Amino acid sequence: MIISLNHYLVLAAFLFCIGIAGVLTRKNAIIILASIELMLNAVNLTFVAFARHWGDVTGQVFVFFSMVVAAAEVAVGLAIIVVLFRHKESINIDEVNLLKW
Amino acid sequence: MEAIFFIILSVVAIFSGLMVILKKNPISSILFLILALFTTAALYVMLAAPFIAAVQIIVYAGAIMVLFLFVIMLLNLNRIDEGRSTVLKTLGVIVAGTMLVVAAVVLRSVAIPADSAFLRGVGEDYGTVETFGRSMFTTYLLPFEIASFLLLAAIIGAVVLAKKKLD
Repeated sequence: MIISLNHYLVLAAFLFCIGIAGVLTRKNAIIILASIELMLNAVNLTFVAFARHWGDVTGQVFVFFSMVVAAAEVAVGLAIIVVLFRHKESINIDEVNLLKW
Repeated sequence: MEAIFFIILSVVAIFSGLMVILKKNPISSILFLILALFTTAALYVMLAAPFIAAVQIIVYAGAIMVLFLFVIMLLNLNRIDEGRSTVLKTLGVIVAGTMLVVAAVVLRSVAIPADSAFLRGVGEDYGTVETFGRSMFTTYLLPFEIASFLLLAAIIGAVVLAKKKLD
């Protein structure tokens, strides 16, 4: 059995959907952030698999940039969670409905 | 041999991914996320991307996960999270399942060119730090500089947000 692009794409699709399920089913804001990380990671895996498929290193450069964005997102997201906890004494996202109509 | 490694790694990755969203204790969730990120790093090595694998371990499994664990322990958030109501949970799983089905349909219907570097193999220098760096600091120099600005903005944003009081 030769492992080809399709195997990696299927694996990435699985990981991405696990991430979606996590975002939609959990209430803890930190776990939601972790699920988003899982989804980003699945997309990165797709990028690297396609880079290998075309024999072109550009996909890997793009993964590097997406990691930078992920790091920035986590830093700001966790800061928001810290502020949220100071205000509400909880990080349950159901209690954060200030911007909801 | 490659197939065996791939199967083991993907089983571990999917299992730890499921554990991230199923574990009720946030600390164990994050520890399973670290495992998932490590298996992805191993897959990057199999895809001839050793530099990306190293960055993955240093940045994700090192820095970002320490940040996660620090926030959980600092705020003492190590509480049991039962998740949303059963209706919302079912809906969420249905949405994710539909997404998976859509992805499967798309993957089956799109013809991927048979002429793949997976079969041909890539050159010795593919994915090394040298080729990676040459690409990044010539063609993608401007995005690289912009990324540094993004990180600066993120650092300032995080500090301003987490500060106790703004004077």
